[in-house]
Amino acid sequence: MKRQVPLVLVLLFGLFMIFQYFVPHESSEWVYEFLLDWIYIIGIFALALGIWSLYVVSVDKVKTRKHDWGYSYVTLAGLFGMILFGFTARHGDEWGWYLIFVACVLLTVIMSVQAMAARINKGLPLGLAGLFLLGAVLIAVFDDTWSFYFYTQEGLQSTMFRAFFDYIMMPILATIFSLLAFFIASAAYRAFRARNLLASLLLIAALIVMMRFFPYFGENVGEFIARVSSWLMNVPNLAAQRAIIIGVGLGIVATALKVILGIERGYMGKG
Amino acid sequence: MRFLFGLTVILALLLGASVSAQTEPPVTDSVADSVEVPAIPPPAPVTDLKALDTDDDHGHSVTLTWTKSVDAQTGQNTVNGHQIFRWYPAMMDSLAGVDSLKNMRQDIQRAQSANSVFRRALGVAEDALEDLTSGGRGFDALRFTVATPQDDSTFVLDRAFVEQALRDTVATMTTHLPLLPDSIKGLQASFEAAIERLTEAHQAYPEGGSWNLVGLAAKGDTSFVNSGNKDPMSGDFIKDFTDLYYRVDVVTIDETIRTESAIVGPVQSEGQWFNGGRFPVFWAVIIFGFLTMYFVSRARKGDDLYVRPLAGIEAVDDAIGRATEMGRPILYVLGLGTAADVATIASFTVLGRVAKQVAEYQTELIVPTYDPIVMSVAQEVVKSSYLDAGRPDDYKENTVFFVTNLQFAYVAAVNGIMLRELPATNIYMGKFFAESLLLAETGALAGSIQIAGTDEIAQIPFFIVACDYTLIGEELYAASAYLGREPILLGSLKAQDWAKAAVIVLGIVGLVAANLEWGFAKTFLEYFHVTN
Repeated sequence: MKRQVPLVLVLLFGLFMIFQYFVPHESSEWVYEFLLDWIYIIGIFALALGIWSLYVVSVDKVKTRKHDWGYSYVTLAGLFGMILFGFTARHGDEWGWYLIFVACVLLTVIMSVQAMAARINKGLPLGLAGLFLLGAVLIAVFDDTWSFYFYTQEGLQSTMFRAFFDYIMMPILATIFSLLAFFIASAAYRAFRARNLLASLLLIAALIVMMRFFPYFGENVGEFIARVSSWLMNVPNLAAQRAIIIGVGLGIVATALKVILGIERGYMGKG
Repeated sequence: MRFLFGLTVILALLLGASVSAQTEPPVTDSVADSVEVPAIPPPAPVTDLKALDTDDDHGHSVTLTWTKSVDAQTGQNTVNGHQIFRWYPAMMDSLAGVDSLKNMRQDIQRAQSANSVFRRALGVAEDALEDLTSGGRGFDALRFTVATPQDDSTFVLDRAFVEQALRDTVATMTTHLPLLPDSIKGLQASFEAAIERLTEAHQAYPEGGSWNLVGLAAKGDTSFVNSGNKDPMSGDFIKDFTDLYYRVDVVTIDETIRTESAIVGPVQSEGQWFNGGRFPVFWAVIIFGFLTMYFVSRARKGDDLYVRPLAGIEAVDDAIGRATEMGRPILYVLGLGTAADVATIASFTVLGRVAKQVAEYQTELIVPTYDPIVMSVAQEVVKSSYLDAGRPDDYKENTVFFVTNLQFAYVAAVNGIMLRELPATNIYMGKFFAESLLLAETGALAGSIQIAGTDEIAQIPFFIVACDYTLIGEELYAASAYLGREPILLGSLKAQDWAKAAVIVLGIVGLVAANLEWGFAKTFLEYFHVTN
């Protein structure tokens, strides 16, 4: 029964998805959109599981003192800090006790992790966690320079949330992305070593395509290289790409059919 | 009620102001007034204007076709373009404001806590009132008709009524802030009631409505598709099974010199139950489905189906053995796809096989995931594999874990794992984007054996360069069948091969047909043309 019900559901909804592709009517569209909404609903619940997983793994790293376990504290502080900033915002320009409140919440998290990770003497971190939590609650109750916003989006526009996102998160992400330039160079070096005939052909083709963007060749040579480069990109390259695309398309249909018909059950843990 | 009308009036004023700002011509030199410009005769109208329901769609759409004006190409009065008009019953005018109302309601809901947007809305109401009382042009520009839900009649608001409504609005906004969203909901309800009567209103043509511009067509065009919104509360909503009337104006370079076509209608839009433009896909799916069933049944009967070995897949076993010998973990990356992506589904199957062998060899497996749903499925897959291998106790919950759903943050985390844990083998299977090379190069630097598989064309070269083995495109989908050597799965691979052969043959026939002028060749090509 545990296996049969998912298989029947996959069959029913898989067949409906094929059906709706050929039926443009509004009724079919309505059911399709209704089903797609479920992806969001499931995604939101799954996100909670994901956050829990991240928390457990981070605590486990601290607990087992894995290599570079200290960074887990940074992960947890970032996770809870951004959640906190997303749900709070100041009323005006005054900070009041807001920053102390944030510090108290983060220290509560860190101390509770410390308590979970500690093998002996759990009392001290637990006591401190309780103390910081009490401080945070008192500030939340009595400080009226800021508020919680659970139903509206003020938190997402708050100074702290924007500052951390715009000035810390985005530059870090851009930095990681920019590493791609260096990796492309090292990968290109490895790919273009003329070890055999095919690698040499690849090198020559790549050089021609790269030379297309060299501005000092003059009109005749430049035009010739541009033409050869366009031919390389639009004929052999595109032909190979289309062959792969056709294969991928058929593979997708075959896999989808296998899943719908219950032949392929790998996603259920049964290959 | 007056307050509601006041609110609507503010919106109409704002809309009117923005429209007039867009349509008013720029002030030009008075020198132009003194030059004698010869009068341009109006161009000939478009002829044979036809309006039909758009084929193969979900409804709410009408296609117009016409024959070009005889003045389309030559003369001083040459056609510069076409303007398409649809007859709107008066009730439709009020629909245009509903979108704005929705936005305003959201703004006001936010304003209840933030105040700033509310203050702005109040400011607009006060400005409108001042404009009205000081005899400004706001009211003159206002020609706003409202259908009341109580009866079908429409009426133009008079000045005194609008002024009083605006005063009420300002007063209410100031004193009864919490009531605003409900009030707007009430107004929206009255619009909904009006929409119910739209069919009836359309039938009243040509009374109680006006011609509204619904689109432009270039001077060479001979068709136009008027696709409306299917949301009844949207301004460009087209109600199915309702009489619609159209006309097409040909306009010259001077838009005031134009000629109207004959009016076409009534025409009704409706949704279809089968998309005829997708017949080729339909037949392809049917044929491919039968092929798959046929080869699967042959495989079930025990036929020996040969499939060529793939180096990348054969290397998986060796890579797991290597990790076991070295005492290092195996890193399995499912990519950035969601659980709905076929590449990710194929990757789950490979993960299951890898996890089973890992469990048998008692090696460590690390599966960082990008999507929480993928994480949940992958956890179940790995858990089942450990169970199948007879080692359920060795399964750890932390084997599969969620990292983040930010692309480059995920890269940073996985690269960190590679450099800290130094896995013996990295397996990348699924959907990959810009992160492919960042991951694969870091893995190469860490000295891991790397096996990759993706159906993303743009990322395949990166994997080929940086990984030891790469499954190209469909090989990823075939991986599960190769790994398991199960006859049923191999059967579907055979069907794929036959389908590819058919595509190659059809491709060659199509190439020849496309270069022939014979009639049947064109018909043959037409049959493979997928529209919409």
